[in-house]
Amino acid sequence: MELLHHRLEARKSASFFEFCIERLIQFTGVSAIALVIMIFFFLIREGAPTFFTVPLSSLLATRWYPIEEYFGLVPLVLGSLLVTVGAAVVALPLGLTTAIFIAEIVPRWAREFLKPLVEVLAGIPSVVIGFMGMLLIVPLVRQILNIPTGLTAFTGVILLAWMTLPTVVSVVEDVLDAVPRTYREAGLALGMTRWQTIWRIVLPAGRSGILTALMLGIGRAIGETMTVMMVTGNAARIPRSPADFFMPVRTMTATIAAEMGEVAQGSSHYHVLFAVGLTLFIITFLVNVAAAMVVFRQVKRSERMLS
Amino acid sequence: MSRALPIEPWVRDMETKIRIENLSVRYSDGTESLRAITMDIYAQQINVLFGPAGGGKSTLLRTLNRLNDLADVVVQSGHVTLDGEDIMAPGYDVIRLRRRVGIVFARPVPLPMTIYQNITYGLELAGVRERPLLDAAVERCLKQAALWDEVGMRLHEPAHALSGGQQQRLCLARTLALQPEVILLDEPTSGLDPISTGKVEQTLQELKASYTIVIVPHSVQQAARVADWATFFLQGELVESGPRDQIFTNPQDRRTDEYITGRFG
Repeated sequence: MELLHHRLEARKSASFFEFCIERLIQFTGVSAIALVIMIFFFLIREGAPTFFTVPLSSLLATRWYPIEEYFGLVPLVLGSLLVTVGAAVVALPLGLTTAIFIAEIVPRWAREFLKPLVEVLAGIPSVVIGFMGMLLIVPLVRQILNIPTGLTAFTGVILLAWMTLPTVVSVVEDVLDAVPRTYREAGLALGMTRWQTIWRIVLPAGRSGILTALMLGIGRAIGETMTVMMVTGNAARIPRSPADFFMPVRTMTATIAAEMGEVAQGSSHYHVLFAVGLTLFIITFLVNVAAAMVVFRQVKRSERMLS
Repeated sequence: MSRALPIEPWVRDMETKIRIENLSVRYSDGTESLRAITMDIYAQQINVLFGPAGGGKSTLLRTLNRLNDLADVVVQSGHVTLDGEDIMAPGYDVIRLRRRVGIVFARPVPLPMTIYQNITYGLELAGVRERPLLDAAVERCLKQAALWDEVGMRLHEPAHALSGGQQQRLCLARTLALQPEVILLDEPTSGLDPISTGKVEQTLQELKASYTIVIVPHSVQQAARVADWATFFLQGELVESGPRDQIFTNPQDRRTDEYITGRFG
């Protein structure tokens, strides 16, 4: 009788414990969502007044010169896009091939060593990369290309690509690793070479994961602030010709970081900076949606294949 | 170890396709998979390798087309010769070997393409580009694999849409397309229903006239049904090898007898 009583007591306290854990998980989940909503709300509250106080012609102007009330967003948006797209174009093929090399080509022991090495690269703070860029890459770019300054979009692209690389490599490597070995064996058994097996079987099998990796990489590149601020020169000019790739640009992130500390709270400049942040948010959001749609469509297609 | 067998006259006429001499394989984690195997694989016969799981049958199959190169094999000793050529020699053309020695796996692995492309892909790699040739090969192979009646009308649908049994026969057709000399089958019917199994076995009987077939069956019953020549493996050791009637009706080794009568396994 007493034993039974004990058991039941234990059961009761276990369910109380269960209750606490459940509430804790619920609380953390809800607070994460609430935080995201609050950030979004705050961005809109501070950014929206821009569109009432600053004339549209000023926002669409080609100049960013806040002291004289020129708030042209175009040079900033184009600056960000130029640097991000440039970094993506460099980092994606490089990252993909590096991941293939690590996942498919090197022997196992070398892989155990190379993968963490690449991941350490992802952990280097961006200010350190910017610092190395200023001291090493900037003078090199200036001397080799023989241009007035090494603080250019091109320099930013090199460093951003370098920063994006570990993300892409690491995720793609995981994806390739998850492709079943039987697929590779099926290819080899048909008399395919290793390269043909990788290109025609392993990569198609890992498509959606590879795409996710690329989007993560782009997301990291577009949001990066410190490095680009240190090496791109921060001149808000609209890039008009290919030569402008080797001239200074100014990105949205660098603008916010550089000016937010000095701006008078509540001024139109202050609100415009929030509008810049909002624009950045919308762009990253669109990139993510596009990625999700492509992945989703592929999932649906493969489901159809399996049914 | 195998005993000396009384050799029947028809056995002497059989042509050796693959000769395995003193083959030992050990994986890098220390497990010994095959111990000093010596045996012959005969042309135009169904050669059955059977025995309980973990006996090294699959390892042996994979040695025959060097798919073991992918696994962590540390020690591999002995000789394997195909028509007298040492296939384990350094510098041997493995790609060519794999075209001559095709394999069908236990679980079908259709490539992520259409039914048609699954069959033509290997041919295209081998340099065949002419559409009529490819069309003819697809029809021939699908007929040989007893799949044409079911998929002939929808060749350009994704191969994943096929049922498990159809996928397995598609993989067989894909292997046949390369016109290999030897076909290795690793439990090809383990995931199939009895009807599909029957079709595959029927196909094998028809194919053996022009190919050398080596099969690891998924049951003793299947071994007894399809074998011309059977070899019994136990824990990496070749226990007994001989013509079907001898192995399944009058085994020389007590362990073979116990296994086929179901006393262990």
